[in-house]
Amino acid sequence: MTLLNNSTALVVIEQDATGFSPINLKVMGAIECLRKFTRLTVDLLVVGKDCTAVAETAARIPGIRQVLVADGSGGEHQLSEALSPWLADLAFAYDYLVMGSTTFGKNLLPRVAALMDIQPVTDVVAIESTNTFQRPIYAGNALMRVMTDQATTLLSIRASVFTAVRFGELVAPVIAIAPPPAQVLSRLLSQQQVQVYTERPELTAARVVVSGGRGLQSGDNFQLLYQLADKLEAAVGASRAAVDAGFAANDIQVGQTGKVVAPELYIAVGLSGAIQHIAGMRDSKVVVAINKDPDAPIFQVADYGLVADLFTAIPELIELL
Amino acid sequence: MKILVAIKRVVDPVVRVRPLVDGNGMDIAKARTVTNPFCEIAVEEAVRLKEQGVATEVVVVSIGPPSVQEQLRNALALGADRALHIQTDSSLEPLSIAKVLRVIVSQELPQLILLGKQSIDGDHNQTGQMLAALCGYPQGTFASHIDYKKDEVWVTRELDSGLETLALALPAVITTDLRLNQPRFPTMPNIMKARQKPLEIIALETISMDVQPRLQTLAVEAPKLRQQGVKVVDVAELVDKLRQEAKVL
Ligand SMILES: Cc1cc2nc3c(=O)[nH]c(=O)nc-3n(C[C@H](O)[C@H](O)[C@H](O)COP(=O)(O)OP(=O)(O)OC[C@H]3O[C@@H](n4cnc5c(N)ncnc54)[C@H](O)[C@@H]3O)c2cc1C
Ligand SMILES: Nc1ncnc2c1ncn2[C@@H]1O[C@H](COP(=O)(O)O)[C@@H](O)[C@H]1O
Repeated sequence: MTLLNNSTALVVIEQDATGFSPINLKVMGAIECLRKFTRLTVDLLVVGKDCTAVAETAARIPGIRQVLVADGSGGEHQLSEALSPWLADLAFAYDYLVMGSTTFGKNLLPRVAALMDIQPVTDVVAIESTNTFQRPIYAGNALMRVMTDQATTLLSIRASVFTAVRFGELVAPVIAIAPPPAQVLSRLLSQQQVQVYTERPELTAARVVVSGGRGLQSGDNFQLLYQLADKLEAAVGASRAAVDAGFAANDIQVGQTGKVVAPELYIAVGLSGAIQHIAGMRDSKVVVAINKDPDAPIFQVADYGLVADLFTAIPELIELL
Repeated sequence: MKILVAIKRVVDPVVRVRPLVDGNGMDIAKARTVTNPFCEIAVEEAVRLKEQGVATEVVVVSIGPPSVQEQLRNALALGADRALHIQTDSSLEPLSIAKVLRVIVSQELPQLILLGKQSIDGDHNQTGQMLAALCGYPQGTFASHIDYKKDEVWVTRELDSGLETLALALPAVITTDLRLNQPRFPTMPNIMKARQKPLEIIALETISMDVQPRLQTLAVEAPKLRQQGVKVVDVAELVDKLRQEAKVL
């Protein structure tokens, strides 16, 4: 393991309905891994409209040189048509451009990459050197180790597998830069933000996740899971079948094509454990499965399996907690 | 209005695939293949837009070995009008696929370009965004609803934080999510008819493009397997185990 000289990284800070997204702290966890192999100077980038509060929060992340804040109407709603050419120009000056592998990062990073004529490495789950990374393929049935020696290394980070950094005491300088210019290719018409449960943790950041599947039979029955989640201070997830059937909102789908979670405790209720679902929760520390079918594949990945009817088991569980 | 749909041939998602023991790739030589599920949804959406009288022509394109013609014929049977097979035996990275598709776009000049949001083998989720960048077109990724207006298209996108609807200028690139529609199955008469529809084969080399891989694959390995745990007899034992043994409560 040779420590390469100095390199520079630009990390794009993600914003959510509350402002600074907790995902950023995990992405910075990946940056910490990269620091094992190179002396890294890190700049954070906050872009949007009225985003100075986010920049001030980001400035409390330890070990960074500065926060670049680009505040203005061109970056409003962070549309990729506006952000990508502007970001490509900025990123050429860095050795690494890094963001989370969220719908925000997935939408933006490839577009920036193409403008830079660079093939990015997306969904990074392990950093093995300055230029060698692992990423899952085939719904996590395999891990691919890839090496890149392009001018800038573009990475999207699968946040769930990295350890979040903590805010520090020091505050890094916040430097204003020119925001992206306005563009006419796209505009936001509406946002249907799902209810933000302030009393409940965010799905990808939660210590405990309770997920339900088609076995729940209805959206009303999902209330059972919310009651259980309240007891455990857990977030609620769902299988694709449950989302498709309208029992749960699309943004809580866990799996290959939904969110990837890795909580300390994952409780799978009334879901069969299709490979595409397991792709989204296989890195959880402890997995509990509750299913009435003793042969459900979810039991193959569960540390504790309970063969039972969920409609009796879940109320009992709520009672006992 | 012309629609171009890019489709990929992949291993059937129900097949459990494993890496080869030598780490040089996946053990899939004999695995059943299908059209990437997200691409099926893209074809279905294009066909529906044609049925609604919005689109006048649906062209499907696939880049790969001769076997991808099976997926192209299937798309023709579902209602596409014409197919393009870009023939190559190498497997290309998303950036290269996007570069090739851009050449096709510049020849066909479609108003809408539909792709799947991700191919379920490489799980890249990149090609549509890259194609949009190279063409200088707007992008509507992870679409769960598409509304074609006169001079723009409205796309509802599935995000980590809910949904958002964008208005995109035309031409535009859209990548499909699972809830956009429920694809139909081809009927026997349509499968027969599809045999007569035009399928043009174009050698990749004739599209002079830089398609050299940028990433070097060092190995493909199996992930750590989860150990199968124990069955508990009742809820009380479960709670006890979670408290005393796993210590997560
Ligand atoms: C391209 C592609 C991408 C996909 N992406 C995802 C993804 O991201 N996430 C995802 O989850 N899926 C995804 N899927 C779908 C996946 O293949 C499965 O179809 C889906 O996960 C099944 O959901 P389920 O387990 O809830 O339903 P089912 O498979 O129907 O399972 C329901 C389970 O509930 C149990 N049950 C029923 N009643 C009770 C009861 N009263 N008490 C206890 N147990 C009960 C049954 O025994 C059964 O095991 C994808 C599929 C494809 C093709
Ligand atoms: N070889 C290919 N031929 C045609 N289209 C492709 C090919 N590879 C990827 N695509 C398109 O790009 C989408 C996203 O793929 P990916 O970026 O690989 O996840 C797919 O759903 C297809 O629509």
